[in-house]
Amino acid sequence: MSFINYSSREINCKIVYYGPGLCGKTTNLQFVYKKMNPDQKGKLISLATETERTLFFDFLPLALGDIRGFKVRFHLYTVPGQVFYAASRKLILRGVDGVVFVADSQIERMEANMESLDDLRINLAEQGYDLDKLPCSIQYNKRDLSSIAPVESMNKLLNPKHIPHFEAVAVTGPGVFETLKNVARQVLIEMKKHY
Amino acid sequence: MSGSDLILYEEEFRKIEEELQKLYLQTNAKVVFLIDKNGQPIASAGETRNLDTTSLASLTAGNIAATGGIARLLGEKEFTILFHEGEKDNIHISLVGQRVILVVIFDRRSSLGLVRLRVRKSTESLVRIFNDITSKSERERVEGRLDESPFAEISDEDIDNLFR
Repeated sequence: MSFINYSSREINCKIVYYGPGLCGKTTNLQFVYKKMNPDQKGKLISLATETERTLFFDFLPLALGDIRGFKVRFHLYTVPGQVFYAASRKLILRGVDGVVFVADSQIERMEANMESLDDLRINLAEQGYDLDKLPCSIQYNKRDLSSIAPVESMNKLLNPKHIPHFEAVAVTGPGVFETLKNVARQVLIEMKKHY
Repeated sequence: MSGSDLILYEEEFRKIEEELQKLYLQTNAKVVFLIDKNGQPIASAGETRNLDTTSLASLTAGNIAATGGIARLLGEKEFTILFHEGEKDNIHISLVGQRVILVVIFDRRSSLGLVRLRVRKSTESLVRIFNDITSKSERERVEGRLDESPFAEISDEDIDNLFR
């Protein structure tokens, strides 16, 4: 649910990073945070356990710039990836405008990827969203590791509808901004259809 | 994107700010602010300069969402009021019309009783304002207000420029 304020001339959108545990959702946000200019970002908030596993969500507000005199802000959220935080994951999806699905490229994590994607589809449906109609990008993360699945087979498993996909190494940055830009673009184009 | 997007125009925004200002003065609070249930800050009154309202808004919405989740597990529809007491400052969080969240931060110059009383009154006014906003957005949607839409002629270049 985007928020357009004609008085302060602001557009606010919510993007959620979704994916299985330890796939690199928080790392994506940390990299964006590290690279953005200080005047464009707010605080990166992480509600995490002592072992740095996300407990509820991470949150990073970005003020990107202007479109036709309107300030465009994106609020980036991650969900807790671990299976038993299902209830929290649903809450974070409320009012989402766009989703980044972060998949772990390691072969042994394919099942977890598929499970998480199903979970995303179900949780979105519960909130009245259809994953196939929502702005969404998919990121194949950890491409720097050795035991990874080829992109073609990941596409076959996780991306039958051919949504935009990006290879990434969130720890060092390749692919992180490409993914974010793509979903942001989809969100704005979707808004254009409505307003 | 669902039809529940929140669109605020100047007139309603001013009314909201006035209502928050009134509540701020009547409760002797430090800060009063309004956020939407998804964590977007809408408006505020009081001393917000040293306050990270964006983060506060997102965490408060998370708090309300989590409490709502607990409520449903217990068979309640929602817990409409949350109150956190600190050593110096206290925070009173309440739902307004299932749509937005009203937050009052106050210290010992005020009291919980006073805040609760005034919040209840303000909530009634804010619900009315938000009902107006909803019907106005619907009207605008049907009639079309495209000439003013920031998206009317948005180009790929506009979007690229955001990331430069």
